Amino acid sequence: MSKYTEDDLKKELETKEYEYGFYTDLESETFPIGLNEDIVRAISKKKQEPQWMTNWRLEAFKVWQSMQEPDWANVNYTKPDFQAIAYYSAPKAVDPNKTLDDVDPELVAMYKKLGISVDEQKKMNNVAIDIVVDSVSVATTFKKTLSEKGIIFMSISEAIKEHPELVKKYLGTVVPTKDNFYAALNSAVFSDGSFCYIPKGVRCPMELSTYFRINQAGTGQFERTLLIADQGSYVSYLEGCTAPSRDENQLHAAVVELIALDDAEIKYSTVQNWYPGSAEGKGGVYNFVTKRGLCEKNAKISWTQVETGSAVTWKYPSCILKGDNSIGEFYSIAVTNNYQQADTGTKMIHLGKNTRSTIISKGISAGKSQNSYRGLVKINASAENARNFSQCDSLLMGNECGAHTFPYIEVKNKTAQIEHEATTSKIGEDQIFYCNQRGIDTEKAIALVVNGFSKEVLNKLPMEFAVEAQKLLEISLEGSVG
Amino acid sequence: MLQIKDVYASVEDKDILKGISLSVNAGEVHAIMGPNGAGKSTLASIIAGKEEFELTKGEITIDGEDITELDAEERAHKGVFLSFQYPVEIPGVSVTNFIKTAINENRKAKGLEDMPASEMLKKIKEKADLLEIDRKFLSRSLNVGFSGGEKKRNEIFQMAMLEPKLAILDETDSGLDIDALKVVANGVNKLKNKDNAVIVITHYQRLLDYIVPDFVHVIMDGKIVKSGTKQLAYELEEKGYDWIKEELV
Repeated sequence: MSKYTEDDLKKELETKEYEYGFYTDLESETFPIGLNEDIVRAISKKKQEPQWMTNWRLEAFKVWQSMQEPDWANVNYTKPDFQAIAYYSAPKAVDPNKTLDDVDPELVAMYKKLGISVDEQKKMNNVAIDIVVDSVSVATTFKKTLSEKGIIFMSISEAIKEHPELVKKYLGTVVPTKDNFYAALNSAVFSDGSFCYIPKGVRCPMELSTYFRINQAGTGQFERTLLIADQGSYVSYLEGCTAPSRDENQLHAAVVELIALDDAEIKYSTVQNWYPGSAEGKGGVYNFVTKRGLCEKNAKISWTQVETGSAVTWKYPSCILKGDNSIGEFYSIAVTNNYQQADTGTKMIHLGKNTRSTIISKGISAGKSQNSYRGLVKINASAENARNFSQCDSLLMGNECGAHTFPYIEVKNKTAQIEHEATTSKIGEDQIFYCNQRGIDTEKAIALVVNGFSKEVLNKLPMEFAVEAQKLLEISLEGSVG
Repeated sequence: MLQIKDVYASVEDKDILKGISLSVNAGEVHAIMGPNGAGKSTLASIIAGKEEFELTKGEITIDGEDITELDAEERAHKGVFLSFQYPVEIPGVSVTNFIKTAINENRKAKGLEDMPASEMLKKIKEKADLLEIDRKFLSRSLNVGFSGGEKKRNEIFQMAMLEPKLAILDETDSGLDIDALKVVANGVNKLKNKDNAVIVITHYQRLLDYIVPDFVHVIMDGKIVKSGTKQLAYELEEKGYDWIKEELV
């Protein structure tokens, strides 16, 4: 029988290009490569920052110099040369005083390609969006609607100038500069990112969203997000990421800090689709990210992530459950294909009484990729009646990929209840044939199986993101069964 | 409708079918019987187009069109349906979602738009009632944690939804108690009409009390060694397969 075989499918997949791999010719201002105190000062100066901020950065830089790049993760890559990266790049046309209508037409065209026309964003319901290209925030929509509720949503650079008291109070409190190598680096050189403050008792009426894009070659992206939900408030926040296809590896080292004060709730969703590298494993983004949230009394933080991009991912969105009765959740889908490597998971640190955490992790590996879940559930002596439920499922496609699970549990209080479940399965020829026999072709069949596998997590995403994430999963895995 | 001409087939270089010919017309019910390992399920797989099974010689046509070069899904689009002996599980995909996808993929192949949701719901309700299927069942993950009877009932439900031209029931009676068997057989009988055909593959005569065949064929060692009417099934029930073997010698 001459059949369109899975090998044919595989070939088709390999030639399938990364949809967001275009580069936009924007006139940019890029700093010379390399990193030293002068560069740190220059970034701070460029951003017209107050002295305290400059000092904070310099302090972080000093710490970073004394640190080693971590190598405990289950990933293999050529360590970046930190002196060969440009630490600041900005599209030139950006001027904070300009309105959206004055945005560089090339930039607007780029948003259109990304499927996020800023024009439409203005009309679109319920999503206020901040867009960060390379190093700077270029547009924040809906500012006015939000400010009527007292919500502050702006780039972090603006926040440093306009709301220094809030930034000073919270920046680095959840992820201290010396937390880890990449966090220290980020603290020294971060050039932009989003800042958000939800006042007491306010329920944010729309999804807040940040869209990150690396455009310029040879640059790193180091954005910083700080989100504070004051007592009894609620916010749902989304972030999305893409980058052009390049042969070199690009570094992305972000820090996200969430603070949920008493009775507040933060839902933080990420769809990460940085360029994963070519089918031969060339190029791709190194995604070394530190995300952590702090829960005060009765507060709740939910991390949901769909990770399909990046050549190497090192990322553990975590919760510190400090307040009594606080809740931490982590829902993750991580897809690796070709030569991608992901080491991702979460840390749930239980400090308060009656704290609860839930971890649902779905890893999908295809091609020659390696996908690891790494998680820590820590119950402190003070955490009476803490509970955790963890579930780690792995789905394998073909015979050349790997799935790994590294769950760590540390319990110092006897009243803790911890459950851990793990499964590993393979998309079977039998499943595919069953679908084929019902008239469903192989690609659609894989999408069906993968969506079924990921459903618990996809359901946690806001509607409009869930559809996009589902499509992304299909694109990332098309034809990869073997 | 279905013409199988002198078909030889092998799996992993092992010859299983050794010259099978069979002609099935619209409106007919054929039963395929035979001992374990005779090639009954292989025949079902080779008609449905399962990849591991290689057709080494012969021809299979549906309404005169050769289907041996077609992929399994293309054969499905032509109206071939296989009720699996061991239906597979797909966690997280509900029965409803699965059948909706299948119907719309079949429509797409015919150049039709997706079936409107209201029509889909109406059809699901109608067919579920026909097979006495609890509506709650439809939102469960496909075959996950289903009992043997539920799995088979679900297969026939899908058949009812897809309305195939040719339905092959591979050991549909295995794992069913008598009540479930009656429900399934009753469903098949209601779906049967002058325009479609059914091939029932079974070990035992039991199912044939409820789905009455027009023809009975006995497969042994990859060949049809005897064909007859319903009467043949009774004889097999009574005497087993040995007497045919002896007859052949």
